[in-house]
Amino acid sequence: MLEGLLIGLTTAMSLQNLLMVIAGCLIGTFIGMLPGLGPMSIIAIMIPVAISMGDPSAALILLAGVYYGAIFGGSTSSILLNAPGVAGTVASSFDGYPMARQGQAGKALTIAAIASFAGGTIGALLLMIFAPALSSVALLFHSAEYFALMVVGLSAIAAFAGTGQVAKAMIMAILGLIMATVGEGALFNLPRFTMGIMDLQSGFGFITLAMAMFALPEALFLVLKPKDLQGDDGEIKDLRITGSEAKAIAPVIGRQSLQGFFIGVLPGAGATIASFLGYAVERNIAPKHEQDEFGKGSIKGLAAPETANNAACTGSFVPLLTLGIPGSGTTAILLGALIALNVTPGPRLMIDEPQIFWAVIMSMFIGNLVLLILNLPLIPYIARILAVPRNYLIPFILFFTLMGAYIGQNNATELLLLVGFGICATALKFEDYPLAPLLIGFILGGMMEDNFARSMQLYDGVAFIWERPMTLALLVIAAILVLLPSYRARRAKARAEGVAEGD
Amino acid sequence: MALDRWIALVLLGVCLTYGYAAWFTMDASLAPFMKRNPIWPSTFPKVLSVLGILTTLVILLGFEKGEAKEADIDYHRLTEYHLGQALLLLGLMVVYALCLRPMGFLISTSAFLILGSYILGERKWHIMLPVALIAAFSIWFLVQEVLGIYMRPLPGFIGG
Repeated sequence: MLEGLLIGLTTAMSLQNLLMVIAGCLIGTFIGMLPGLGPMSIIAIMIPVAISMGDPSAALILLAGVYYGAIFGGSTSSILLNAPGVAGTVASSFDGYPMARQGQAGKALTIAAIASFAGGTIGALLLMIFAPALSSVALLFHSAEYFALMVVGLSAIAAFAGTGQVAKAMIMAILGLIMATVGEGALFNLPRFTMGIMDLQSGFGFITLAMAMFALPEALFLVLKPKDLQGDDGEIKDLRITGSEAKAIAPVIGRQSLQGFFIGVLPGAGATIASFLGYAVERNIAPKHEQDEFGKGSIKGLAAPETANNAACTGSFVPLLTLGIPGSGTTAILLGALIALNVTPGPRLMIDEPQIFWAVIMSMFIGNLVLLILNLPLIPYIARILAVPRNYLIPFILFFTLMGAYIGQNNATELLLLVGFGICATALKFEDYPLAPLLIGFILGGMMEDNFARSMQLYDGVAFIWERPMTLALLVIAAILVLLPSYRARRAKARAEGVAEGD
Repeated sequence: MALDRWIALVLLGVCLTYGYAAWFTMDASLAPFMKRNPIWPSTFPKVLSVLGILTTLVILLGFEKGEAKEADIDYHRLTEYHLGQALLLLGLMVVYALCLRPMGFLISTSAFLILGSYILGERKWHIMLPVALIAAFSIWFLVQEVLGIYMRPLPGFIGG
């Protein structure tokens, strides 16, 4: 491990890569603040830049920096304006915005920065310990297990979707898989479902889909229902926190770093769930008099989601780097970028190209440090970007989604697809159909079919399902994950009815 | 019927069409040597279509009860929001997609940015014009010169 660390350090410390981290964090912070542009859209916009650099370590370092910056920037707009730029920072606005209203905006931003730093750093430490261990297990995996693992990943996404949402999340994941089969297929390179349209021969562009699923609906919602983007006053002062406050949030940060990291590792449960769960857990275990403060400007209530979402961001790199399976929409986009750079993440990554793996880990430490020291003094200036009037902001957001799709494919049909899918995604968003599973299914679809086909060919049929115990076990877990929520809901309902009858 | 069921109905239609294409139209054109393979290009889509149909039926028949949530936007009162602006902007995006190649990047982008803010109600031409022109030019410069991705700057007939 020490050897790996040194390799990573030498790669990450080169002037070019240091500049990449700094640039990534700054760009991420700036754009992450704008409502409507979450980490996914920003990374999608940055992919052409990253790919044209040609060096996979530098590209991944840049994109990881953008990811951190975006989460940090998202919390800035949550706190100052109650307008979260990113779903993962919605929970930060519960207590951050009341604090800002009470004139403690500076303090809230400092707490957010420190909590993010601690969450990210502890997360990176855990990643360093767990990723090599997990990847040595993963080396034993066979294509059948990979297939089963992806099924588990997609079912977990559905299972964590929440009550009444499991079927919706599942149909979205299946829809993503269906869309992935459009174009030239895994077997014999036959074009499938192209309806004779040449532009569909290579399938849908994943950047187009990412933009259509996330950036466009957000922007349309902003048009439909304008949010007041102006803060109370532009002045942000008093960035200090006191010793007793630091002591109060220290255990929260410790707990939430661990919890957030492990939630981030689970496929489907990204920064968003980690931050909400972190907030809920801390509220429940807080003493009675502190519980009442939650939602009215509690520093613990701000530190918990901020720590958890950054730790979860780091955690979501574990399945990406060790198994090659993205657990969240953002890591799915990163995976697409890596494949474009001719790097296949997976258990072999650590053996074949250790410098990439370790450089990313080192750059996480550097990125967190950069965010802390660069952004803290710059916060009052960065927040000025929120003063950009909506009439200018929205055309630019729309323009950037169009450009992201166009630069990736250099194809004007892609833009029409973007608008079409964007309208569909907006309709789905009206009814709370989750959109991330669709993108994850889309990205996993190709790999899933490849692995499925390979194991079918090796076993000359579907016998691999019962002949390989590990595959069978994983598929059983997947089935349980899908069925458990409805079983629990039914039992809870039965119990609730029982109580009502006894009344 | 609530909108989420209508969506499920549409998705069911999508899955049925997809399933029809997978089950009945794909295998006929398969070369004989491919038919000896245990897995065909249509195998995975067949499985997906069945799963998709089952899942949409679960939603459509309401097997899974969810609690009603307060949505960010209530689609029943869609006309009370700025629906016209949203539709106009979507139309503008389509026009932009169609004009990008023939009109060149600089003209279409500046026009898109100006019209976009015009639709949203901005009337300060002395700010709109320079902002759009500077943005269009600097983005073109970044993409073309720094990233090296070719984008036709001017309309074809003046040699762009």
